[in-house]
Amino acid sequence: MKTMKKLFVLLFAVLMISGVQAQQKSDLPNVTIKNLQGKDVNIAKLSNNGKPFVMTFWATWCGPCIKEHNALDEVYSDWQDETGVKIYSVSIDDSRSTAKVKPFVEGKGWDFEVLLDVNKDLARAMNVSNPPYTFLFDGKGKMVYQHSGYFEGAENDLYEEILKLKK
Amino acid sequence: MRRVILPLLILGTLSLHAQSFIDNAQVNGSFQTDAQYYRLDQGIDITDLNGKKLGVNGFGKIGYSYGDFSAGLRFEAFLPELNGFRNELNGVGIANFFATYDNGFIGVTVGDIYDQFGSGLVFRTYEEWSLGMDNALRGVRTIIRPAPGVTLKGVYGRQRYYWAPYNERDFSSDDYRGIVRGVDADWDLNQSLSSMSESDLKMSLGGSFVSKKQYDQSTFYNIPLNVSAAAGRINLGYGRFGFSTEYAYKINDPSFINNFIYKEGQSLLSSLSYSQKGLGVVLQLKRTDNMSFKSMYTGKQNDLDINFIPPINYTHTHSLPSMYTYSTQPNGEMAAQFQVNYTIPKGTALGGKYGTKLALNFSQVNDIVRDSILFCGEMVLGQSGTKGYTSPFFAVSDHRFFRDINLEVDKKISKDWHVTAQYINLYYDIATIEGHVGAPVVKANIGFLDVTYKIDKRQSLRFEVQGLWENEVHDGYVYEESDKKDYQKRGHWAAGLLEYTITPHWSFSIADKWNYGNPVPEFRDHYFTGTVSYLHDATRVMLSAGRQSEGVVCVGGVCRTVPASSGVSLTVSTSF
Repeated sequence: MKTMKKLFVLLFAVLMISGVQAQQKSDLPNVTIKNLQGKDVNIAKLSNNGKPFVMTFWATWCGPCIKEHNALDEVYSDWQDETGVKIYSVSIDDSRSTAKVKPFVEGKGWDFEVLLDVNKDLARAMNVSNPPYTFLFDGKGKMVYQHSGYFEGAENDLYEEILKLKK
Repeated sequence: MRRVILPLLILGTLSLHAQSFIDNAQVNGSFQTDAQYYRLDQGIDITDLNGKKLGVNGFGKIGYSYGDFSAGLRFEAFLPELNGFRNELNGVGIANFFATYDNGFIGVTVGDIYDQFGSGLVFRTYEEWSLGMDNALRGVRTIIRPAPGVTLKGVYGRQRYYWAPYNERDFSSDDYRGIVRGVDADWDLNQSLSSMSESDLKMSLGGSFVSKKQYDQSTFYNIPLNVSAAAGRINLGYGRFGFSTEYAYKINDPSFINNFIYKEGQSLLSSLSYSQKGLGVVLQLKRTDNMSFKSMYTGKQNDLDINFIPPINYTHTHSLPSMYTYSTQPNGEMAAQFQVNYTIPKGTALGGKYGTKLALNFSQVNDIVRDSILFCGEMVLGQSGTKGYTSPFFAVSDHRFFRDINLEVDKKISKDWHVTAQYINLYYDIATIEGHVGAPVVKANIGFLDVTYKIDKRQSLRFEVQGLWENEVHDGYVYEESDKKDYQKRGHWAAGLLEYTITPHWSFSIADKWNYGNPVPEFRDHYFTGTVSYLHDATRVMLSAGRQSEGVVCVGGVCRTVPASSGVSLTVSTSF
């Protein structure tokens, strides 16, 4: 326990010194996960060329999540044309179904940018305890809207929030 | 001297940067409370509450981040724990805290660590609130990324065991546990080598080594002081094809779970997939042999697991299909899983205006083959204190644990109507999986129809009908009076649900599950529940009243059994 305390103090000191470079305020946590191609993606660096983006948490075993994704899939190309919004779809499937995610997504014909959060590092950092869970970020990475759960037609409310950012 | 310098340094930097440290920091958090009020219910045989009228599970967590630094803590309260959760959870306290500094090149975390090496065959710590499961490693983790695509990790610490203190050698209680340390390397060739950065071939390699140091408490067995395990993995992708495999090996590790045999353990997990837009196919194979790996050799159930052996079968979400869920048998299994997802395109005869989504799945798990070994001039099989058995690597036993063949159709019929239907053929060895020794295998046909109708832009109705029909155990089945308990949820079931939703906030539902074909007449009960949910941004409130049937709740392949109960339950969760 004593060594633990020492480490804490040391770490604190290190971060104080390193904290000199003030960072721009963003609500994206410093967590690295992989995309479907196996490439590392640092969430803190996510962006959509200054346009808003959606981050939605789901799993292959979550019924309402699949409903939400199907609903988003139907409107996605219209939304993109009208607002340039991008959807990041974060799968929290663990190793029991990680290998199934890509064939599942392709089989459903979804076009979202899919990320794999295999040990829920991102979900934990963003306080997502149960999927589905949806966040909307503005072009600077600031979170402007979040929603727990999915009810039929809830994508319309999300779209209204996206349209607000356009103004 | 150092004693003076460090605080001074901290103070100095603190005053300099305190302002930006507060102004530019992120603070976030979440809360959840699950409470249930229990009542007596003669109808489903609840005649004694054992003094527990109310169960409450709650947590609150708060996180802080500033640039490369983040920290957090989680407070938990089980006052007392809900029925079906482990009694050891009863208590209140700060269950988890951590601080991390990560600048992309190096990352250090002290405190409670969640991490996974590869697919977790030798190391995975995680937390699953709905199961009361948390095997966090309290200690230190270092991550170094020396070059693009290369990640090196090291962990060192001791795992959480409910509220037990983290004392090193507290032999007085039986919840003392060993130290866990591990290293992992991951190398993504496409990010690492410029010659491969544009290649169609995607390739990554990885390897891990984990060891536990435990103290021998046993007066009867000679428990090894150090037990180590290692794993290697490869992931390949080429165009539409993907292949990944991981192999793990563990040296002899006598434990309560493996009946104190001194045999090495092995595990192999492989998958092959093909995907293109509208079609996805995946085949997974798994072999597990004596791979329970815990930081306490006396651990039971899911206690203090260091590794995670994923069950690879399909996870059902509707109430009747998910009543019989397979859970990993760490002592031995040969498993196969095959799934096809296909979307019949829009505009074709079968696809209609919106397309039709099909999913076909096949999963089966059998035991491994075990051959007896010679011990002191006698042939023995699985005997404690011996090497246990030998097992040919690719042999499959005739003893089948589980099989699930299912087909799902998901179809949007018109602007307002949406239908999902599924048929499942199930084989479930309840004696092995749930420990109902001697109970006959569950062989059942299961089906459901789930229909959603949009009344208008804001309102919708959804109804579900489900049926489960057992082939062998039903009306007129002869059972031993003493085994009655094993038949609590057996036989035929019918279930129905009606849900009315007003987007974005309200949902009202009523549901009934009826065990009409139970072989024991007194178990032919209705389980009626009514639920109201309210969603608002990050807040979720759910109130339900009625009966809950005895069953198994599983998340991510880890399960807990829930006893039958009756009463009112409330869940409130929010985050900021």
